Amino acid sequence: MKARIIVRLKPTVHDPQGEAIHEGFEHMGYRQFVAVRQGKVFDLELQDMPEEEASAVLREAAHKVLANPVIEEYVIELGEKR
Amino acid sequence: MKIKAVVFPGSNCDHDTQYVFGDVLKQDVELVWHKETQIGSPDLVILPGGFAYGDYLRTGAMARYSPIMASVEKYARDGGIVFGICNGFQILCEAGLLPGALMKNACLQFRCIHVDLRVETTQSPLTRHLRQGQILRSPIAHGDGNYYIDQAGLNELIDNDCILFRYSTPEGLILPEANPNGSLYSIAGICNRERNVFGMMPHPERAAEAALGCADGLIMLQSLIRSLQETSRPSVATVA
Repeated sequence: MKARIIVRLKPTVHDPQGEAIHEGFEHMGYRQFVAVRQGKVFDLELQDMPEEEASAVLREAAHKVLANPVIEEYVIELGEKR
Repeated sequence: MKIKAVVFPGSNCDHDTQYVFGDVLKQDVELVWHKETQIGSPDLVILPGGFAYGDYLRTGAMARYSPIMASVEKYARDGGIVFGICNGFQILCEAGLLPGALMKNACLQFRCIHVDLRVETTQSPLTRHLRQGQILRSPIAHGDGNYYIDQAGLNELIDNDCILFRYSTPEGLILPEANPNGSLYSIAGICNRERNVFGMMPHPERAAEAALGCADGLIMLQSLIRSLQETSRPSVATVA
């Protein structure tokens, strides 16, 4: 079973890296981008287990390790053919 | 005083810490590998600076789950004194032993400079023998020292007098240009509400001898040792 966890800074938290990338775009002449926010993507492969169990362990992993809940939020995508 | 300093894979200030607390301050310092599981009952535990686990995922994120940390957390929750310097501060925040988080510097540069710190409170073992408003110079060397906490958390830090140091000008003014990393409220160091766990981004252990160009760090560390000696000394007036 495959899963994906997307971690990003909370909207209220300043993102210097995203801003630097945005500035880079401007230097390159891209004027189309109004803002850039940077995040992280984790692709995980789980052993076979009921979906509720997988969701629970993914939530725990995201909350305890992959994201820092003080500054970040996360989205969990669970799918057979991710 | 019996001091234990934890060594993580990627710690690089462990020997500086051992040298300053041992050779300069004449205390008994033992380095403890992170795979140990018992921290024991020293008078002080130090999480030194460095780049534990290469700062992978987030600074301190992996180190906080090192085998030794369960014992350090218990030691701290039982009232033991824990001091995190730079990466050690980041690890304490990740572990939830200190509130807030340390993010990438707002300037995006790795800042390796001397900064001025204003002592905000003397209500902590580290600052007890300093003066409120005193300005002390200390080196910083970090890419992720940008302290963040939400508004409610900041109010709590202020209301409980948990901010130990703020970045200031040499005259003691809190100005954006004196803030090297974008830290909220110019915060350089804090303690928990119980005041037994504290952390700071600057490196007092790298400024503990005049030969290094600055010895203000020694003043901070002497304050810490003196506080520990006072509290460990049996007192007739000790009533719980």
